[in-house]
Amino acid sequence: MTARAAETEATERQLDIFEQAMDKRTVKGRSLYVDAWHRLKRNKAAVAGVAILLFIIILVTFGPMLNPWDHEIPDWDNYSTPPSLETGHVMGTDALGRDLFERVMVGGRISLLVGIIATLVSLFIGVAYGAVAGYLGGRVDNWMMRAVDAIYALPFMFFVILLMVVFGRNIFLIFVAIGAVNWLDMARIVRGQTLSLKNKDFIEAARVSGATEWHIISRHIIPNLLGVVVVYVSLTIPQVILVESFLSFLGLGVQEPLTSWGALVNEGAQELETAPWSLLFPATFLAATLFAFNFLGDGLRDALDPRDR
Amino acid sequence: MLNYSLKRLASAIPTLLILITVAFFLIRIAPGGPFDSEKGLPAEIEANLEAKYQLDDPLVIQYFRYLGDIARFDFGPSFHYRDWTVNQLIAQGAPVSFTLGGIALILAFVVGTLIGVWAALKQNSLSDYLTMSVAMIGISIPNFVAAPLLILLFAIALGWLPAGGWDGSIQRMVLPAIALSLPMIAYVARITRGSMIEVLHSSFIRTARAKGMPEHEVLLRHALKPALLPVISYLGPAAAAILTGSVVIERIFTIPGIGSHFVQGALNRDYTLVMGVVIFYGVLIIALNYLVDLLYAWLDPRIRYDR
Repeated sequence: MTARAAETEATERQLDIFEQAMDKRTVKGRSLYVDAWHRLKRNKAAVAGVAILLFIIILVTFGPMLNPWDHEIPDWDNYSTPPSLETGHVMGTDALGRDLFERVMVGGRISLLVGIIATLVSLFIGVAYGAVAGYLGGRVDNWMMRAVDAIYALPFMFFVILLMVVFGRNIFLIFVAIGAVNWLDMARIVRGQTLSLKNKDFIEAARVSGATEWHIISRHIIPNLLGVVVVYVSLTIPQVILVESFLSFLGLGVQEPLTSWGALVNEGAQELETAPWSLLFPATFLAATLFAFNFLGDGLRDALDPRDR
Repeated sequence: MLNYSLKRLASAIPTLLILITVAFFLIRIAPGGPFDSEKGLPAEIEANLEAKYQLDDPLVIQYFRYLGDIARFDFGPSFHYRDWTVNQLIAQGAPVSFTLGGIALILAFVVGTLIGVWAALKQNSLSDYLTMSVAMIGISIPNFVAAPLLILLFAIALGWLPAGGWDGSIQRMVLPAIALSLPMIAYVARITRGSMIEVLHSSFIRTARAKGMPEHEVLLRHALKPALLPVISYLGPAAAAILTGSVVIERIFTIPGIGSHFVQGALNRDYTLVMGVVIFYGVLIIALNYLVDLLYAWLDPRIRYDR
C-alpha cells in the first residue's frame, strides 16, 4: 500500500517535471474548449452525427421552397400514391392526397423547433435553480433539492399528457410543458458542479477582491458550467423531440393542418397496409435525427467531461 | 439499514401526496366535464348527475373526500364506463399490463446485459463498435415507431405473427413485448458495457487473474456483480419507461391493459379513472425505486445509509 503510494507519487512528480518542461516550450496553452474541439473532431460517430443533422436542417429549411406542393392543399388526382417522379411526389402522397415530402419537411421544422425551444426553457429553469441551490448551499439547498427529488419520482409523462389535455393543444404550451418538466436533470447537474466550484480558490479570490454575489455567479460560476450544459443540451434536444412526437402520436401534440414527425408516424401507422411509405419516410427522418443527436451528445460528453480525462 | 429503509419509506409519502394533489387539480381545472355530450344535457339533468356523483361540492371538499376514499382503496365509480368502478377496471387491466411489462422488463435486462458483457469483453473490436452502433439505433427509434415497423415486417410482409389483440397466447405477446423492450435493451447494453469495462480494469480483477483463476470464474464470481450495480439503478427509470411506453404500445396492438385507459380517460374527463391510473402507476414507480435503493444498499457494502 505504502509502496504503491510512493510509486504513484514518484510518477506524479515526473509528470509535473514533464509538464513544466512542456509549458516552457509551448507558447500558448490550449484551453479546455480547444482541447475538446480537437477530441470531438477525431470522433467519427460525432462528426457523422453533425453531418446528418446539418443535412436534415438544410433539407427541412430549404426543401419546401424547391417543392411545388403545399402541405395543406391536396393533389386531387393523386390519393395515397406511392413515391414517384412522374407525379412529382417524391415521397408519395397521404390518404388525403397531400404531398408527403412537403409534410415531412414541415413536420421536421416543428419537431426541431420544439426540441430546441423546449430545451432552452428547461435549460433556463434548470441552470437558475441549480446554480442558486448549489451556490447558497446549506438549508436552502437541502430543501430545494428535496423538492426536486420529490418531483423526480413522479411519472412525468402523465403530467405532460394531463397538461396537454387541460390547456388545449397549443403548440407554445408544448414548449412550456415539456421544458417545465425536463429541467430537473439540469438542476441536479448544475447544482453538483456549482457546489464543487464554489470552494475553488479563484472564487475565494473574487470574493476577497470584493465582487458581488451576482458577479460571482454570472461571471465565474456560469461560464465554468458551460461544458456540462453543452453536453446536457445536446442530449436533451433528442429527448424533447421524442416527447413531442410521443404526444403528437397520441393526438395530443401539434394539430392539423400543422404537423410533426410524431403526428406523421401516427398517420402512417394507420395506413400501414395500404401505404407503407407514409410510415417509412417520417419514421426514418425522426430516427435519423435522434440518432445523430445522440451520437453528437455522446461525442461531446467524451470530449468535454473532465472525469474521463 | 432498517433505519434507512424506514426513513426512505417515509419520504415516499410526500411524493405520493404531491402526485395526487397536482393530478387531482389539473384534471379538474380542465375545461369540459365528464357529462359533456354532442347534444348537451338539460341543465336539471346535469345538476342531478353532478349531485349523484357529489361533483357539486366545493373542489377542496371533494379533494379531501377523495383523499379519504383512496385511503380506503376506493377509487370511485368510472364516469365513462357507467357500470364499472375504477377498481374493477384496474383489476381487469392490470394482469394484462403486468404480463406484458414483466416480459419486456425481463427481456430488456437479460438480453441487454448479455450484449453489454459481450461487447465489453471485445472492447474496441469491430464487433464491439457494431453492437454499440446498433444499440444507439435501438435507443434512437422510439417504440411507437418500432411497433408499426415490426407489424409491417412480421405481421403484414412475412405473416409470421398476429398484428394485434390479446388472448394470453405467446404469439400475441411477442411483437408488443419486443417493441416495448427494444430501447431498454439498448440502454442496458450500453450501461453494462461501460461498467463492465471499468470493472475489468480494476485491480481486484488483475489480482484474480494473477492468482491463476480461470477466466470464466473471474467474470462470473468477481466482475459481474459490481458491473451490474449501475444496471440495477436503471431498473427504476426502466419501469417508468415501460409504464409510459405501455400507453402507446397497448394502443397500437389493441391490448386491453391499463395504459390505454389513461389517455382515453383524460380525453373523456373521466376524473376518477384518470386519478386511479395515475395513483396506481405512481405507487408502482415509487415502490420500485424504493426496492432498487434497498437492493443497492444490500449489494454494495460500501454504501452505508445509517446516518
